[in-house]
Amino acid sequence: MTQEPYVRTEMLSEQPAPSGQTGIVKWMRVNLFSSISNSIISLLTILVVIFALYEFLPWMLQPSWGAESLRECLNDPNITGACWGVINDRFNQLMFGFYPHESQWRPLLAFVLMLVAVAPVLFDKLPRKMVWFSALYPFLGVWLLWGGTIWGPLMVIAGFVIGVVVHKVLSNIVGSLAAIILSVLVTILWWLYGVGSIAGALSGIAPIGIAEVSSSDFGGLMLSITIGVSGIALSLPIGIVLALGRQSDMFVIKLLSVGFIEFIRGVPLITLLFTASVLLNFFLPPGTNFDLVLRVIIMVTIFASAYMAEVIRGGLAALPTGQYEAADALGLDYWQSMQLIIMPQALKISIPGIVGTFIGLFKDTTLVSIIGLLDPVGLIVSIQGTSDWNGIVWELYTFIALMFWVFTFSMSRYSMYLENKLKTSH
Amino acid sequence: MAMADQPAGKSFRLSMLLYDTRYRSMTIQFIMLALFVFGVFWLLNNMYTNLAAANKNPDFAFLSSTAGYDINQRLIEYTSQSTNARAWLVGLLNTLLVAFLGCILATVIGISVGVLRLSKNWIVARLMTVYIEIFRNVPVLLWIVFLNAILSETLPQPKDFKGVDAVASMSFWDTVIISNRGIFVPEPVFLSGSSIMLYVLLASIVGIFAFGRWARTDQETTGRILPTFWIKLAIFVVPTLIVYFMMGQPIDWKLPAFEGRGAIGPDGVAYTKGIFRIDADNGIHIRRSLIALCLALSLYTAAFIAEAVRAGIMAIDKGQSEAAGALGLRQNRVMSLVVLPQALRVIIPPLISQYLNLTKNSSLAIAVGYMDVAGTLGGITLNQTGRALECILLLMITYLTISLSISLVMNLYNNSVKLKER
Repeated sequence: MTQEPYVRTEMLSEQPAPSGQTGIVKWMRVNLFSSISNSIISLLTILVVIFALYEFLPWMLQPSWGAESLRECLNDPNITGACWGVINDRFNQLMFGFYPHESQWRPLLAFVLMLVAVAPVLFDKLPRKMVWFSALYPFLGVWLLWGGTIWGPLMVIAGFVIGVVVHKVLSNIVGSLAAIILSVLVTILWWLYGVGSIAGALSGIAPIGIAEVSSSDFGGLMLSITIGVSGIALSLPIGIVLALGRQSDMFVIKLLSVGFIEFIRGVPLITLLFTASVLLNFFLPPGTNFDLVLRVIIMVTIFASAYMAEVIRGGLAALPTGQYEAADALGLDYWQSMQLIIMPQALKISIPGIVGTFIGLFKDTTLVSIIGLLDPVGLIVSIQGTSDWNGIVWELYTFIALMFWVFTFSMSRYSMYLENKLKTSH
Repeated sequence: MAMADQPAGKSFRLSMLLYDTRYRSMTIQFIMLALFVFGVFWLLNNMYTNLAAANKNPDFAFLSSTAGYDINQRLIEYTSQSTNARAWLVGLLNTLLVAFLGCILATVIGISVGVLRLSKNWIVARLMTVYIEIFRNVPVLLWIVFLNAILSETLPQPKDFKGVDAVASMSFWDTVIISNRGIFVPEPVFLSGSSIMLYVLLASIVGIFAFGRWARTDQETTGRILPTFWIKLAIFVVPTLIVYFMMGQPIDWKLPAFEGRGAIGPDGVAYTKGIFRIDADNGIHIRRSLIALCLALSLYTAAFIAEAVRAGIMAIDKGQSEAAGALGLRQNRVMSLVVLPQALRVIIPPLISQYLNLTKNSSLAIAVGYMDVAGTLGGITLNQTGRALECILLLMITYLTISLSISLVMNLYNNSVKLKER
């Protein structure tokens, strides 16, 4: 009798994978314990991490937020680690320095508006009309921070309007190039001689304004952001000009651009800050004297523009030659092709680099503490010098480091997101 | 208006300077040059007027006058009676020292972290990411003062070494003092006969290169692979050691020690006289400020180097490592023989700029009181003589020279490893 071979007639239901091949177990097998040496390394690393957390967390998690002096922390038996009261006590100072208390809404508002102003540049889904606000923001921001009459910034803006009007009127009469030169001249003359007297007269008639704040009261994180943001914003146009100059066929222009860029990139920022603090006034007409924060902003702008020029040069170099040739073939002249074809593309490619430059500059603003400005790092010493907080070390460093870290880390993440978005290859 | 040197029939008009492309660039360049010269003249004129008003015409004579201040960390002989120029040199050497040490340390840490960050081991890769993100996102100045504070607070104070039942003790079999003033290591004293050792050492270095060359040709002709690293190490160490003992140990070591009441003498008994302190005459003193600065700069820069290394390795096509694997190379050989040499070409340019950054950031030494060139020439000399213009000018020239030399040397190296294209 032949035995019927077994033939299955119905499908088996799916079985779950073996327990060692799924979920967390499989993940750990692949990623942590794939071989003996790997397992040892993993275990050692985990031990190190646990040890670090074990040492650090109890120090950090202390009920010391309300302490009003270091003595209070030391005398309290419940507090065996960090004395966070210093952050609570000096938070305002760490944020705003000695900025008048009743006016602190101004830097805050300026900061929020700054985010609004840069948003259309950073996220291209937003309506294009917002760029107008970005263009107005520098004047608004300066007015909010330094205060004073509103007529000053308004008159400076009026200078641009005057320039455009002069150009429109003259370009039909004397030709385009002469019109450009004349309108620039008129605008500069307006700024040099018109703004001060007219703004003064107008504020005499209609005194609209907010309390003036001297920049020697600036401090804390607000000072870092002010220097960093104005440095980057001002250095962007200079950087573009320098980058174009470096790519130029004209020998003199190329030489000047390369010389400037390489000189600035060859010296440390601290020497430029020394220049700002002791030397800059020597190079200005006798009697000129403006305050240290402004001088620092000037030198930081000069510093950043050299780095910015290199970033933008990278963007220019990344464009295929075909773009330049196509612009020429369309019959556009140099400035037209730059403005309409080259720069929009090159700047778009350079945004991650610009963000990177900004991160670097923002971190470098801590250097102003060396020439005596009270940025967060500069405030450490002055807080340690008070009788309440004499001897405090780690809490301030940790907090300030964390503060910078949050800012720069989020910016670097944004820059990575951009790089991924701009990446055209697979 | 016809010009004599123009070809006949063509006339030169002034407007051609602007509208004719043959002349326009000349016009623009001329205008720019004129503006530049005018600007420089304006600045210099202001400067001379201001300096004359302050009665301080530019003058470099202060360089040869007595400095009058002490520099605690120095590589060459210097006293407070030395000149300002000497102080400048001491500062310059200190800058170069910290830059040199920092670059080496940063490269070692950076390459290890960059490679480990691509490790298949999840937790190691994550830990390296955490390291990179923590270090590169916090200002380097903060790291410098932070590490200085850590060293100063956690390392034992000199008084902890006092007495027979001291809290702290010397490390490495009583040859090194690690305290919060810095690290004291044995100081070699070269006796007669040590020069022969130096010659032997130089000869063995030449020998190493000769052997390396021979081993390479040997491998190319016979296919034999020698353990070159160990042989080279032996050539480096053994002859010098033999000579050292043959000459009767011509190098004497001055061990760091304590002096004063409470210090333990060679006979194990504590001294009873004098103030307790670390003996300044024995041992080499590596100051805390130097250690903190060096560590902070290299840890910070290493985070950037690690990112460059990672980018370089990831830029190498996956097919390269797969092909190497198919040839039967082991994982670490794939990395060291195939991937890293190719990645090096991508890594070197960012590496150069990181070295430059580290060197420039070393000017933050001033924050922890390490006397680098910005601390001597741009710090105390400037404040004491009041010669701000001259000092900052010299300081900038110094840094510019260092930066340009580093980028020159590294670019030469870069050109030597670059792919040779048509």
